[in-house]
Amino acid sequence: MATVQNMIDDERHDDTIKDQYLTFAIEGEDYGVEIAYVKEIIKMTPITKVPEMPNFIEGLINLRGDLIGVIDVRKRFDKQPKEHDEETCIIVIMYEDYTLGMIVDAVQETAIIPKERIFAPPSAKLSYANQFIRNIGKVGEEVKLLLDVERFLAQE
Amino acid sequence: MSDFDRESMLEMFIFEMSQLVDQLESTIIQSESEYNIDQINEIFRIMHTIKGSSAMMMFDNIAGVAHSIEDLFYYLREENPKDLDFKRLSDHVLSGADFVKAELAKIQEGSKADGDGTDLAKAIDKFLQQIKGITPAEPEAPKQTASAPASVAEPAPAADPTPSTAGDNMHKYRAKIHFQDGCEMENIRSYTLVHNLQEMAQDITHEPQDVIDEETIPLIRQNGFVVDFSSTHDFNFIHSHLSQTVYLREVILEEIGAPVGAASVAPAAAPAPVAEAPPVVADEPVIPVPPTPDIVAAAAAEATQKKGTASHMISVNVSKLDALLNLMGELVISEAMVTQNSELEGLQLESFHKETRQLRKIVTNLQETVMSMRMVPLSATFFKMHRIVRDMCRQLDKDVQLDIVGEETEVDKNIIEHIADPIMHIIRNSIDHGVEMPEDRKKSKKPSKARVLLEAKNSGGDVLVIIKDDGRGINTAKVLAKAKTNGLTTKSDNEYTDKEIMQFIFLPGFSTNDQVTAYSGRGVGMDVVMSNLEVVGGTALVDSTPGEGTTFTLKIPLTLTIQEGMSVLVAGAQYTIPIANIIKSFKAKPENLFTDPSGNEMITERGEILNIVRLHEFFNIDGAVTDVCEGTLIMLENGEHVVCLLVDDLIGQQQAVVKPMPKYFKKVHGLSGCTLLGNGDISLIIDVAGFFDK
Repeated sequence: MATVQNMIDDERHDDTIKDQYLTFAIEGEDYGVEIAYVKEIIKMTPITKVPEMPNFIEGLINLRGDLIGVIDVRKRFDKQPKEHDEETCIIVIMYEDYTLGMIVDAVQETAIIPKERIFAPPSAKLSYANQFIRNIGKVGEEVKLLLDVERFLAQE
Repeated sequence: MSDFDRESMLEMFIFEMSQLVDQLESTIIQSESEYNIDQINEIFRIMHTIKGSSAMMMFDNIAGVAHSIEDLFYYLREENPKDLDFKRLSDHVLSGADFVKAELAKIQEGSKADGDGTDLAKAIDKFLQQIKGITPAEPEAPKQTASAPASVAEPAPAADPTPSTAGDNMHKYRAKIHFQDGCEMENIRSYTLVHNLQEMAQDITHEPQDVIDEETIPLIRQNGFVVDFSSTHDFNFIHSHLSQTVYLREVILEEIGAPVGAASVAPAAAPAPVAEAPPVVADEPVIPVPPTPDIVAAAAAEATQKKGTASHMISVNVSKLDALLNLMGELVISEAMVTQNSELEGLQLESFHKETRQLRKIVTNLQETVMSMRMVPLSATFFKMHRIVRDMCRQLDKDVQLDIVGEETEVDKNIIEHIADPIMHIIRNSIDHGVEMPEDRKKSKKPSKARVLLEAKNSGGDVLVIIKDDGRGINTAKVLAKAKTNGLTTKSDNEYTDKEIMQFIFLPGFSTNDQVTAYSGRGVGMDVVMSNLEVVGGTALVDSTPGEGTTFTLKIPLTLTIQEGMSVLVAGAQYTIPIANIIKSFKAKPENLFTDPSGNEMITERGEILNIVRLHEFFNIDGAVTDVCEGTLIMLENGEHVVCLLVDDLIGQQQAVVKPMPKYFKKVHGLSGCTLLGNGDISLIIDVAGFFDK
């Protein structure tokens, strides 16, 4: 998955980075996270459980000598956990001074979603998982649910 | 100057200043009752450096205060006045030191050093004028000056108008300046000197005249640079000003002709010493009165000691040491990863194992060296306490002598930062609550001067800091009553042992002092002791005998970052327990186990009855061994307390490089951090103290 990292590095100075999203799948839905937050994508790796944590915090992983926390996105969205397979990935994000891993079913692509293709979510449909969605973006006819990283990471 | 440059210079500046201020404080406090000439020189030198550096960094307020103290000590050094009120002198210098400290703190926080030092500087100047006023020019009226504070206060009004009177008082001077050989550009230096002199002098003429012309250089080299000028400032001031010239070899200052202007000068204006003062050579400060032999001996001993330590030291930024330590940690892990690599299992590798043993040895040595570089003696922290004791004694009218033992004991830099506050709080507490008023002490047949002992010593992997006073001791009945009213007790009164009762004083919001003083009684303080110590994994114990005194013992680990740990297994996951807390591990026998009516499991081991804590229950882990006899019990101690911890199995002893939990994780009770194992797995480090207070 080094290609994604290269691509990010290449385009770091480009203004269009703010329109780029890394898309991933959870239970058949497509989600997107701003690429500015994404540090890298790694394969599943053994996770050390940490006691007395909220259920969605899976534990700790060793990322080349750095210890970082990992969140299971399914559990965060209150969905049924799924057996990890070879498609399961950890997206490592950096937000403020946290570095955290997000376990997702599969990583799809980086999509360019310009501002005019991004819409506010319909307010009526505020389910539990929806509270973590800030906007809805459209790529062609496909709909991507764009993550509100701040809310996603909040531990209430 | 770019921001970056200023930033790094600021850092250096703050570092140097704090060292100087510390040095200043300890010098003053050592010699409070009387200053010998070495200490006066020392303080003069410190103030001079502070003035110079802060003027360079454009902190004029600090420079101003330093300047007046420097003036004061310049006078003391040159004139060595007798019957000086040393207490007041110390007060002035200490308040100057406090001012510098406060400003430094502001600079460090990144805010402007905007404190106004003019009042302080004025007070110090006034004090100087007073000393000058009461210093007998001829030994005529020493009787009057000998009775210290009253007579000091008296001449004050008379001395007050002196600055203005002195203003009319013109002196004519001739200064002959020789620069150091080979300093070059003598003409420009002379020009700068004249330029600087213009601020304080008039009618300046000099020889050679046209100093901008380079042809004057040989003349200046040969004959020196001669300046004539008149100034309102006195001889000493001018002399000290000229002595600051860079690359100066020698300055000869003379006063020529009689003072011009107002002939009737207030008694304080001290022209007498000026007239007497011989031309002084700057490089060799003249010692007017030979100090007594024993002072000389002590000073000489001190000087040689200083030389011995100073020459082989360099200062290194702590962040570099931190980086080195982190690298060291990674090296320890990598080394384990290589030598314990799973791919090597079952292979016959004789020379490989020999080489890895050598590698292990080098890594261990390197680790010890790196750790030792971070070790700082406690002396600086300890000696700061003199100041606190002094200030408190003056404020509370108590008489306390602070004895310091074992200050050379070394602790990791990070740890020192966390124990200075606890020590200070305990000492404050001892003096405020423990030590009685001198008259009360006499009644109970104790010496009126109380003793507080501050001691440090090594004990295994820990450092013990002991603070012992000979005061009235802790009144356990009073403590228990207070604990009850604050709702802190959980058992009935007679179930508490004295030791348990004493531990109450470490709880937040606890104070038996009915009256709030400036120092204690608000109930904050002793809980700071505990919380600060917990950060570094230390503990505190109190022991007290009513009427005889109280002893506080702080137990602090030598170092934080690399710990010797025992790896244990619970439900397939590894945990690391600091070796320092482990007494032993053993298998339980069914006949030794029992359960009390409320379901607490206990075991009798070697005649002791101990509580059992199941690690898997403590952390709610599924899939662990639940049969006590099947698992392994580890006997843990924390201070006085002992429990047995149930784990599935032991794995082995290893070096654990302690890493903090990622910030995103909330603090977990019973965990102090995590560590990487040789195979890349993560192990959580158990905070043993967590098992005892839940």
